[in-house]
Amino acid sequence: MTTLPQSTQKKLGLAIDLDTCVGCHACVISCKEWNTSNYGAPLSDMDAYGAEPVGTFLNRVHTFEVKQENKPAQVTHFPKSCLHCEDAPCVTVCPTGASYKRSEDGIVLVNESDCIGCGLCAWSCPYGAREMDAAEGVMKKCTLCVDRIYNENIPEEDRVPSCVRTCPAGARHFGDFADPNSNVSILSAERGGMELMPEQGTNPVNRYLPPRPKTDVEQIDILAPLLERQPEETGGFLGWLDRTLEKL
Amino acid sequence: MHPAPSVIIFTALSGLGFGMMVYFGLGFLDVSGWVAFTFVAIAYALAGGGLLSSLFHLGHPERFVKALRQWRSSWLSREGILSIVTMGVFGIYALMWIFMDVRNPALGSLAAALSVLTIFSTSMIYAQMKSVPRWHTPMTSVLYLLYAFAGGALMTAQMVLAGWLMLALAVAQIVTWVQGDGAFAKTGSDMGTATGLGFLGKVRLLEKPHSGTNYLMKEMIHVIGRKHILKLRIIALGLGSLIPAILLLAVDAGHMMALVVILIHLVGLFAQRWLFFAEAEHVVGLYYGQR
Repeated sequence: MTTLPQSTQKKLGLAIDLDTCVGCHACVISCKEWNTSNYGAPLSDMDAYGAEPVGTFLNRVHTFEVKQENKPAQVTHFPKSCLHCEDAPCVTVCPTGASYKRSEDGIVLVNESDCIGCGLCAWSCPYGAREMDAAEGVMKKCTLCVDRIYNENIPEEDRVPSCVRTCPAGARHFGDFADPNSNVSILSAERGGMELMPEQGTNPVNRYLPPRPKTDVEQIDILAPLLERQPEETGGFLGWLDRTLEKL
Repeated sequence: MHPAPSVIIFTALSGLGFGMMVYFGLGFLDVSGWVAFTFVAIAYALAGGGLLSSLFHLGHPERFVKALRQWRSSWLSREGILSIVTMGVFGIYALMWIFMDVRNPALGSLAAALSVLTIFSTSMIYAQMKSVPRWHTPMTSVLYLLYAFAGGALMTAQMVLAGWLMLALAVAQIVTWVQGDGAFAKTGSDMGTATGLGFLGKVRLLEKPHSGTNYLMKEMIHVIGRKHILKLRIIALGLGSLIPAILLLAVDAGHMMALVVILIHLVGLFAQRWLFFAEAEHVVGLYYGQR
C-alpha cells in the first residue's frame, strides 16, 4: 500500500553534524560500496572510464559557502541522503505500491520487483533523495542500511548505516527520533537540529545540526602591516635592558 | 523538468483523444456508419497512442499492470484505471453508434464524464507536485481540461464552440504563465531553507558533489532550452489558441480550413507542452545552485 502509516513505532534516522563534517566524501564511497553489493539492484555507473561518467549514488556531499556582508565566508560541507520523511510524498505518488514507509521503524523503502521506473517519486521528492538506476530501470534510494542495522551476522558495532560507521569525523549519528532519550534526539535538542525545507510539508525525520557561527574577526586597518612597529613600554628587568641598550 | 518526448506526446495526444470522446458522448456530431467509425478511430488512436507513448517513459514498461493498484493514493494509478475504463465504456457506446446507429444518452454521458475525469487525473499527476511550484496550482488542471475541450471541439467539427473555447484557453494560458513566473518565489524555498544555513547569511554553492552530471540534474534541472522561452510562448499562444480562435470565429470554416486549424493547433499544443516541462523548476535545483 502506498498510503502512509498513521504513525510509526520508531522513527529511525540520521543526525548529521554540519559543524563536524570535513567533506571527505568517505560516507559517499562507503554507501556506494555497501549498497551496490547488498539490498536490491547494484548501483550502476555509466561510462565509468569515459569522458562523461555518471552513476547512481544514494548519498552525495555538496559544499556550500555562507557569507554575510563585511564578514569572512564560512564553508559548510553538506551530506544529503533520504530524510525518511513522515509525510513522504514519494510514497503516496507511487502507482504500484513499490514505494512504501515501514510502520515499525519509519524507513522508506522501494520494493524493486514492483517498481515500473516511472520516476514520479523522484519528481515528488524536494530533496533529490531518489535516483533512477540507468542499468536496472528501477528507483534507488537510501535504505538506512536496513540490511546492516538488524543484521545479527555482523559484529554489533557494525549494525549502523554504512555512512555512519565509516565517518572519520564522527559527523553522522544514527538513532530513533521517536525516543526523546535517544542519542540523536538529545543531540538534536541540544544543538538545535534543523529540518530541511520545512515549507515543503514533508516532515523529515533526519536532522541537521547547524555549524557554529565563526567568531567575529575585528576590523584590521589594511595598512597596519606597513606601519613601523612601535615597541611597547615594558617595565622590570626587560624594560631596564631595553632602555640601557637604547642609550648605547 | 526534462521535456521527455514520450510524456509530451502522451499528455498532448491523450488529452485530445479524451476531449473528442467528451463531445461524442454528449451526442455532438451528427454522423453515422463509416464516418462515425472514422471519427471514433481517430479518438482511439489519439487516446490510445498517447497512453502507449507514456509507456516508453517507464524503466519497466512490462510491469505497467502493477500501476493500476494504488488508486487510493496515486493520481498516476487513477489515471491509468480511468483511461482504461473510459475507453471501455466509450467503446460500447461507439459500437452501438457505428453498427446500430443508436446513441445511448446514458452510456454517452457516462463516457463523457469518465473522459473528463481521465483528463483531470492526468493533470493532477503534475498539479500534485509541491516540489515543482509552477505545476502546483489548480491552473494546471484548468489548462489541461481547456486544451482537451477546445481541441476536442475542433476535432469533432464544433467550429464556433471551439473558437470560443480557444479564446478562453488563450486567457487561461496567459494567466497561468503570469502566475507561474512568481510561483517559485512564493513558496519561500531558497538555498537558505534547502540547506538550513540561511540563518548564517547568504548561501551559495561552492562545489557540486561531483564533477559530472547525475540523474537528478538531467531529470529536474533543464536549463538548456530556457533561453528561447519568450519566442516559444508566443508560438504556443499564437498557434495553440489565438490564431485558431480568430480563424474559427472570423472565417466561415469548411473542411479544408478545419484541417489547417487542427494542424496549427497541434503545433501550438506541442510547443505548449514542451514549455510546460522545460519551464518548470524543481526545488532540488537549489542544492545545485541552479533552477
